[in-house]
Amino acid sequence: MADLVSHPDEVKVVSKRFGQGATNIDRYLELDGYKAVQKALTMQPDEIINLVKNSGLRGRGGAGFNTGLKWSFVPKQSAKPKYILCNGDESEPGTCKDRLIFEHDPHAIIEGVMIAGLAVGSQTGYIYVRGEYRYLLEIVQKAIADAYAKGFLGKNIFGSGKTFDIYWHGGAGAYEVGEESALMESLEGKRGIPRIRPPFPAVVGLWGGPTVINNAETLASVPHILLGGPEWYANLGTPKNGGTRLFCLGGNVAKPGVYELPMGYNLKKMIYDVGGGIPNGRKLKGVVPGGSSVAILTPDEIDVAMDFDSVLKAGSMLGSGGVVILDDTACIVKFALRTTKFYKHESCGWCIPCREGTDWLEKTLTRFHAGGGVKKDIDNMYYLSENMLGRTFCPLGDAAAMPIMAFVKKFRKEFEDHLDGKPCPFEKAGRAQEPVLA
Amino acid sequence: MADVNITVDGKKVAAPAGTLLIEACKTVGIEVPSFCYYPNLSLQGACRMCLVRVEKMPKLQTACTTVIGEGMIVTTDSPEIQQARKSMVELLLGNHPLDCPVCDAGGECELQDMTFSYGAAESKYIDLKNHRDEQQWSPVVYFDRPRCILCYRCVRVCNEAMDVGALGIQNRGVSSIIAPNMEDHLDCEECGMCIDICPVGALTSGSYRYKTRPWEMNHVGTTCTHCADGCKTTLGVRRDDTGMQIVRGDNRDKSGINGDFLCIKGRYAFDFANHEDRLSQPLIKKNGRLTPATWEEAFDLIGKKFSEVQKNAGGQAIGVIGSNRTSNEENYLLQKFARVVLGTNNIDHHRTADFPVFAAALAGKQNATASMRDVYNAPAILLIGNDPTEQHPLLAWQIRNNVRLHNARLHVINSQVIKLHRQAATFTQIPSGAEASVAAFLAGKDSAADALISDKANRDTWTKLRSQLRAEQNLIIIFGSEIRGSSIASLVQFGSEIAGSKFLCLGDYANSRGAADMGLYPDLLPGYHASSNGTKFQQEWGSMPSAPGLTQQQMLDGAIAGRLKALYVVGSNPVGRLGLAPSVLSASFVVVQDMFLTETAALADVVLPAANAYEKSGTFTNTCGDLQILKKAGEVTGTKTDFEMIVRIADAMGFDVRKLVPFGAAGTRADMGQSRGAQSGEADRHAVWLERHNLEPKMSPFDPMAILDEIQRLVPGYDVSRMNLLAGNDEHTNLTGPAQVVQQDPALIEPANNALFTSGTLGRYSNTLNSVVEQQHRQPAEVAAD
Amino acid sequence: MKFSDKFEARFTEMLTHYPTQRSVLVPTLLYAQDEVGYLSDEVILELAERLALSELDVRNVISYYSMLTTKPRGKFNVQVCTNIACMLRGGEELLEHCERKLGVGNKGTTKDGMFTLEEVECIGACSWAPAVQVNYDFHENLTPEKMDEVLEQYRNKAAR
Ligand SMILES: Cc1cc2nc3c(=O)[nH]c(=O)nc-3n(C[C@H](O)[C@H](O)[C@H](O)COP(=O)(O)O)c2cc1C
Ligand code: SF4
Ligand code: FES
Repeated sequence: MADLVSHPDEVKVVSKRFGQGATNIDRYLELDGYKAVQKALTMQPDEIINLVKNSGLRGRGGAGFNTGLKWSFVPKQSAKPKYILCNGDESEPGTCKDRLIFEHDPHAIIEGVMIAGLAVGSQTGYIYVRGEYRYLLEIVQKAIADAYAKGFLGKNIFGSGKTFDIYWHGGAGAYEVGEESALMESLEGKRGIPRIRPPFPAVVGLWGGPTVINNAETLASVPHILLGGPEWYANLGTPKNGGTRLFCLGGNVAKPGVYELPMGYNLKKMIYDVGGGIPNGRKLKGVVPGGSSVAILTPDEIDVAMDFDSVLKAGSMLGSGGVVILDDTACIVKFALRTTKFYKHESCGWCIPCREGTDWLEKTLTRFHAGGGVKKDIDNMYYLSENMLGRTFCPLGDAAAMPIMAFVKKFRKEFEDHLDGKPCPFEKAGRAQEPVLA
Repeated sequence: MADVNITVDGKKVAAPAGTLLIEACKTVGIEVPSFCYYPNLSLQGACRMCLVRVEKMPKLQTACTTVIGEGMIVTTDSPEIQQARKSMVELLLGNHPLDCPVCDAGGECELQDMTFSYGAAESKYIDLKNHRDEQQWSPVVYFDRPRCILCYRCVRVCNEAMDVGALGIQNRGVSSIIAPNMEDHLDCEECGMCIDICPVGALTSGSYRYKTRPWEMNHVGTTCTHCADGCKTTLGVRRDDTGMQIVRGDNRDKSGINGDFLCIKGRYAFDFANHEDRLSQPLIKKNGRLTPATWEEAFDLIGKKFSEVQKNAGGQAIGVIGSNRTSNEENYLLQKFARVVLGTNNIDHHRTADFPVFAAALAGKQNATASMRDVYNAPAILLIGNDPTEQHPLLAWQIRNNVRLHNARLHVINSQVIKLHRQAATFTQIPSGAEASVAAFLAGKDSAADALISDKANRDTWTKLRSQLRAEQNLIIIFGSEIRGSSIASLVQFGSEIAGSKFLCLGDYANSRGAADMGLYPDLLPGYHASSNGTKFQQEWGSMPSAPGLTQQQMLDGAIAGRLKALYVVGSNPVGRLGLAPSVLSASFVVVQDMFLTETAALADVVLPAANAYEKSGTFTNTCGDLQILKKAGEVTGTKTDFEMIVRIADAMGFDVRKLVPFGAAGTRADMGQSRGAQSGEADRHAVWLERHNLEPKMSPFDPMAILDEIQRLVPGYDVSRMNLLAGNDEHTNLTGPAQVVQQDPALIEPANNALFTSGTLGRYSNTLNSVVEQQHRQPAEVAAD
Repeated sequence: MKFSDKFEARFTEMLTHYPTQRSVLVPTLLYAQDEVGYLSDEVILELAERLALSELDVRNVISYYSMLTTKPRGKFNVQVCTNIACMLRGGEELLEHCERKLGVGNKGTTKDGMFTLEEVECIGACSWAPAVQVNYDFHENLTPEKMDEVLEQYRNKAAR
């Protein structure tokens, strides 16, 4: 459904089968499908884990944890069943990549879940798809059914004597449920309130059993790594940042779209070459490089390699792969307000700093943007965010705080320009018209 | 296991593995602040007040969820931590209405305390606060959303500790709200635990709201007067125009056998005390109508009449009916009065459990009765009959939380699917009325299983259950009034084969056990000594009758038939309870001491307005045998304690009260005023009367503590630490009767039929209970309780 | 309470997917809502009973998820994303346009019960912004003119 784009710099790994009809299981088999899991069946669990570890694959959900290392935390022996949970709750503003994988290559995710299962000794996987992605859930349902029909899932997979089951699961609208422990709560039929950690999911997860939670893109990368080998994959990217990544270019950019680029690809090039630069002769004002939860980068900060470590060093985060580009017509205060409105809406409400903090940030920014700001608001917003940062129950609070701190710090002048009852300098005329009855 | 060693603020702390950091800190006097942490409830980590710095951790950690680890180095106080806490309070105050001046919690509010501690007084916000209107969720529960800080204590206590689950959380983010189970109101046990546990004034009590400020009250720790469990309660009292009014009940310091717990009755149903129908003047029947009279008139008349009957027809022409709600001292005094002053064994009370047989069955055993604290700690519990959730709320709480927190195994045998079956490891349903067969079967009589077999449980189930029970250790065997007579002996025999087993016999009223222990029986003296074998008491009291007297039923029959010339009823309402016709007692001279003009009082010749347990000092024995003190909290002008009235009647009969109350005698350990609660200094008020009678005012015959001495001396098991008792602690009395059983007719035992929202006469005069019963459309019990 | 055979079949199957019954709750609520239009008291009671939960428990869950509603909505739920990527490409203008066109504000339903308008958070169409979801269908790279066509399309669908 969503349009596909391409660019010569792209290195197609995860997106290799996009547009090839691979939702059809037979077509998928023609395109090397289910080879990786058969290879995994011939390997020892530790072998698989080490291979993935050495490939430098890091979680594509946002935190960028080394995937093989995460798997290695699962205890070998467990009284309770172990689970693999695929996080397809994709809700980070600016991010729309998992959607394409589900749409074009669902079997790759199934294969990734199975391989993870073999690596940690689990026999059950769940694929959680956000509620809004109903059509993708249907694709997943069919893919799972097809895999069962072929005997790839269920008892005695590929004649190995091993059992592996995969079940689909749909959400119902909640960003916080993408957070791994809230995801488990939601899967267990509860409100999406995160869990206390430790214990971490790898030790105590779904229904108390050890659970590996990985992003859909992470898992879809795994079969390719098994077939291509860890060195090949690692060498696609930068040190400790193996492979490629689906970057979702959006906002004020000429050629928005989801592009698969090597890890460490230069951000400036990404915006100007891959994305075709800023349209309408406008200038770049800033870029949010990893979904709405990360600090904005100013034009003089964008000469950075897009891998987890380099972006962190540049003062932001690689996050979820959502690259949102702002041109000079965009109002930072407005942008901050919209970002905050999102976090206020999505805060689960469990802990004080996030619940109350997002509320006050939103109230302040609403008034501030509407021209009712006072000078001390600017410092107050910073103070508030600073006091949320690192003190909330889950990282959503940080996600709400970090962007605001960056906006205030890097665009203070723009905030000040909103003071003294001035209307927003960016507000277009005639926007606030009353609705006309149709 | 060896303790784990950590360092907190430079102090070395050792605590058992698994201890939470916040608790470990407490052991060295370091208080880490928290809102959401509450001992014995599930962990939340939600309020973020307890953030501390743990070395090697990148972020501040919540002390409430961190389990201590060997070598952990912790800082709980630093500018960074101060700032973190301050900012949490600032954030909370942002949307908080700051209506402290009118908030019930003002002065007792954890948010106020934190604000004071962390100095978050400066308001950084200029935008409008979020607001939602206050809601009334039940007659007793109000919810003020803006004050709620979402610590989820209420939700947890309701779910986890009460197993009611009437509160939930709805919406998310800043719209999150605590919600009741029926959308806009509650359907629950109305225990008020949610109110009690609320750290702020978000949940408030319908009975206390806007009545007073906490610091305007006196707080008196005493014992609840409603059911036989004997919760410790702190009554908040305030002076009003008719004396001292109780305005609040809670277990403020969480001490005592009930810890956090109080049920609806303990928490709100003190309001019977200030009911407008409360009697506050003696009444004497003149021309067929009860007419106000003075105390002197009343006592003179009673003294004259009782003496007359005694002289003309003998003591056995007088009957005395005692109470399940009067104190041990009053009960003891009443039976002594009957036996020594009136010279009759015609004394009885409304029996709700077969304590005499129980005592006999335990003869010679040490520590065989379970205390309320034991119930919380036992590894296994067998419950036969009864529905503790309705009839013994504290017992139910103890059982439930023992299962929840200590994984105790609960075995329930009942004819109904009672609520506690949810905690039960085994639940076995029996045909109704088959409890006696259970006792017999457990004791080894295999054929008794015939009466127990149904589609719910076959013979195999029973055999398996019995072996399972026999394999338990330190089992507590709890039984209701369904088990009486020889069944008790069977059960005790069964339990005696299990190492460390203990027993608990359930009576119904606040001092049912005390009434029995104190000898309110026609054939039993205090401590279950047969009246025919009362040497020990004769030595103390002088001459007294030895032949058994009349039972309550026989007395009533006698009074109706005119054989009994006088009837003295203290704190009991047999006419109402048994549904007797209004004319029945007209042939005898009837004296009733009560708070209200009950059906019985309405028939009396003299009615004396009595104080209740909240208005007197003394002791109660709960159904487990835990002895606890009553401290005087409230006072209604014009009433007197039953104790004083008994003494005054004896005096009016010309009896030397020194022989009745051994006050001033050598060896008396005087009460230094500890039991008078808010009313210490009361002795002075009696001084006028005392001095007129040449009595020493400081050692008053109206001081129940004087007779407690005699009780402690003469009643087996009661010689417990007086010091501990006066300090407000419970002391377990070990019940052992003489092995010689004076057989009691099991038919004389009648359950009270009180449930969660009823409390006999007290309940009928409690507006709070009535409003809840009305809202919940509960059916009243078929047979009303006393 | 009667659900479709398809619902029942899926419900029965889903119960076998998890070790605990209540795990089916969230997706089941959404499927039930799709059939009934909203989560009525009747639906809540039914599902609570089936899963041995209290109604309160079910309501607690419902109110957490933003796609679930206990109030009836129009036949077509027009969900306009105004989150950052869409905002930068005219999402808010699109919302205003819809407000004018439909004559309702956020969360309003047209008098004929045809459309409900809702401003939503990011729906995962950021690279094809601005985007709208009508019920579960995505409509992307929209302009006010294209939006009109979309609405028209649904009107015709309803007429058919
Ligand atoms: C508020 C919040 C929302 C999140 N949303 C998502 C999400 O939608 N999809 C996702 O894969 N990870 C999300 N994450 C990250 C997950 O918690 C988790 O780290 C991830 O699924 C792990 O997979 P990975 O190691 O493969 O990245 C979110 C985290 C937070 C704190
Ligand atoms: S930071 Fe706190 S309130 Fe926010 S989503 Fe996480 S747990 Fe919920
Ligand atoms: S911002 Fe609109 S779809 Fe993501």
